[in-house]
Amino acid sequence: MAPATAAPVVLRLEGITKRFGTLTANDAVSLSLGAGEVVALLGENGAGKTTLMNILFGHYSADEGVVEVGGLPLPPGAPRAAIAAGVGMVHQHFTLAENLSVVDNILIGTEPLWRLRAGRGAARARIAALSRDFGLAVDPEAVVASLSVGERQRVEILKALYRDARILVLDEPTAVLTPQEAEALFATLRRMVAQGLSVIFISHKLHEVMALASRVVVLRQGRIAGEVAVADTTPAALAALMVGAAPAPAQIAPAPAGPARLRLRGVTTPNEGARPGLRGIDLTLAGGQITGLAGVSGNGQGAIAALISGLARPEAGSIEIDGREAGRGWSARAALDAGIARIPEDRHGTGSIADLSLTENAILERFTRPPFSRRGWLDRGAARRFAEGLIARHDVRCPGPDARIRLLSGGNMQKLILGRALSGDPGVILANQPVRGLDVGAIGFVHAELLAARARGAAILLISEDLDEIMGLADVIHVISAGRLSPGFARGTKTAAELGVWMAGGGFADAA
Amino acid sequence: MEILEILLSASFWAAVVRIASPLIFATMGELICERAGVLNLGIEGIMVVGAFAGWMAVYTGTDLWTGVAVAAVAGMAFGALHGVLTVVFGLSQHVVGLGVTLFATSSTYFAYRLALPEVTSPPRIAPFEPLALPVLSDIPILGPALFAQTPLTYLAFGVVGVVAWVLYRTPLGLALRAAGENPAAVAAQGLSVTGLRMGAVIAGSGLMAVGGAFLTMSAFSSFFFEMVNGRGWICIALVVFGAWRPGKALLGALLFAAFDAFQIRLQQTAIGEGLPYQLFLMLPFALSILALVVMSRRASVPAALMMPWRKGER
Repeated sequence: MAPATAAPVVLRLEGITKRFGTLTANDAVSLSLGAGEVVALLGENGAGKTTLMNILFGHYSADEGVVEVGGLPLPPGAPRAAIAAGVGMVHQHFTLAENLSVVDNILIGTEPLWRLRAGRGAARARIAALSRDFGLAVDPEAVVASLSVGERQRVEILKALYRDARILVLDEPTAVLTPQEAEALFATLRRMVAQGLSVIFISHKLHEVMALASRVVVLRQGRIAGEVAVADTTPAALAALMVGAAPAPAQIAPAPAGPARLRLRGVTTPNEGARPGLRGIDLTLAGGQITGLAGVSGNGQGAIAALISGLARPEAGSIEIDGREAGRGWSARAALDAGIARIPEDRHGTGSIADLSLTENAILERFTRPPFSRRGWLDRGAARRFAEGLIARHDVRCPGPDARIRLLSGGNMQKLILGRALSGDPGVILANQPVRGLDVGAIGFVHAELLAARARGAAILLISEDLDEIMGLADVIHVISAGRLSPGFARGTKTAAELGVWMAGGGFADAA
Repeated sequence: MEILEILLSASFWAAVVRIASPLIFATMGELICERAGVLNLGIEGIMVVGAFAGWMAVYTGTDLWTGVAVAAVAGMAFGALHGVLTVVFGLSQHVVGLGVTLFATSSTYFAYRLALPEVTSPPRIAPFEPLALPVLSDIPILGPALFAQTPLTYLAFGVVGVVAWVLYRTPLGLALRAAGENPAAVAAQGLSVTGLRMGAVIAGSGLMAVGGAFLTMSAFSSFFFEMVNGRGWICIALVVFGAWRPGKALLGALLFAAFDAFQIRLQQTAIGEGLPYQLFLMLPFALSILALVVMSRRASVPAALMMPWRKGER
């Protein structure tokens, strides 16, 4: 079944099955990995990639199947045994203690507990050597909380290497990285492979898989959908394997501007620490159009999103909705009442409440109003019907409307949030990084929903750090840089390079 | 002028150190628990247990140090109960902690009545005697304050050093702190979060009980109801005051003790004549709250404090 690999097999997963309640996350999955090989595990969100790797690492016990490292079976549910066998894992959500230093984080669990002193000196030297050998620059004395995301990932990789990992599992390592950081990561991984380490690389970014892996295993709904050598395949073929059908090519016709729905006039906000506030910006969101906001993160996107969603009030200037000025009473509640739908940037933090059910999350923005609230009583039946409707219409894969939302993968969570935001047929939609971290299928879904809302006449603000997304989708593009907003450019009138100049601060009147 | 006199007297500083001693034990105990991620509100009751168990052991004929050990073991038993409920079963740490305090306090009183059914005034034991260290105790003011205390006080200061060393210089301490910051990071290294937290709660509870035992075996020579009198709650505040660091928590304990020793003496001065004494009793608490507000603004709480850890959960 598996393509023959010349190198000896270092890892074998055989017939792994894992169920969470009624959800079968892995269904008889088998996988093998050769020495010095990079295997990409590809699949949509919720396809069971992370579950499979957590079984390999002993975080979960499989219901059926065995894990073999170097020909010897691993005891199930024992991370220590996996570490001892040379398996290292870099989780998608880093397992670092933020208030501890890098050295401390790397040292946790490496020494027998009952020792009077930690062997710091030797550890530091070893970490320095590993950093040098694999190009993983990081200050060992720094507190993790002060590190960038890319640096934290390096600490995670160092942690694995420090434990003599021979097999490294990376769960969506580039989801949080800038393109430059991702390149540096790939260079590191290539060095590791050259030294005989094996890598399992979980991703849903096709071009990364093509660039790095030698073999691709595609998971779909918990089952192996295909296994191919990278040399024998194309991104389009992989995408088809992932979602089960080839995605339609994205060619979207631009739309003409309708009436202005939301207007920011001369809006100024205070600086937030090192992040610049807005400096007197004017922005008009026209109905029937997607307005794209491009820029490097941290240049004022957050301030604009906070203003529009009602979480902040301007220091100077005004916000107008459908020609009416939002006065001093501007608040999140007022924004909702004005028909502004919000798709927040951080779906875990501000978009949902992890331990509430899907039903409760679905009515989060409306539970004080009919039909969900009647004379101060919550109508649970109406809430449940609403949630079931959302789940069915948006293909949210979940155990049911009563499940806690934390059980959902990112894509399914985003589908629910999107459904919640769009269900009231809003006039203005704030979509802040709506597809970050999502797979191909979910991205297509989100974009299609935004385009459908555009066709209904909604004014959409699409904030994204992905220039391709903005250039493909937005009818008008603004660039934000250090709190200043560029004029709007119609789609197709500026190249990526020209927008890049604006993103770097060129083109503005006060540019040096 | 009278205030200056108070502050310059050796007896004042000796009282400060004496009053601080039980707080230091219990604060270190609470600090260990919280560093591992468990808020132990059983502290008040566990101190009562320690006070009773140590005293009772000595009353029935053991020597003083065995009494201290008995107190520690009794405290550890209640710590184990707390740990099983909060760490193993992951129940609410607030509810369990208050429950342990109530249970520990009432079962102590029950045991007291069982052991001494007919006694109206509790019997006395021979407590720890002050042990003046040669040479050191001759230093003016500092000498009598620091070096003419009972052995338990010296032990209290020793415990601070040991706790600081273990927390910051040993692999065990690192694992413990990590369990309180991000249990997932500990579990990812194959260590048992449950084991670490259980250990911390049990050891910490032992220290709390020794703090209680200090009251019956060193400060007073007898056990009576209400003797712990909120000291446990003060220790919870001292841990916050000390920003979860042993050295700073020690300073906090000394500061609180200084307020307390000061108010007792202030009551006997001219200032104390016209004012109700309750006002003075309030003083250390009011000042502690003030100090807490000032000091703990930027304190970094262990990130996983009060967060139960369940293995294999998404």
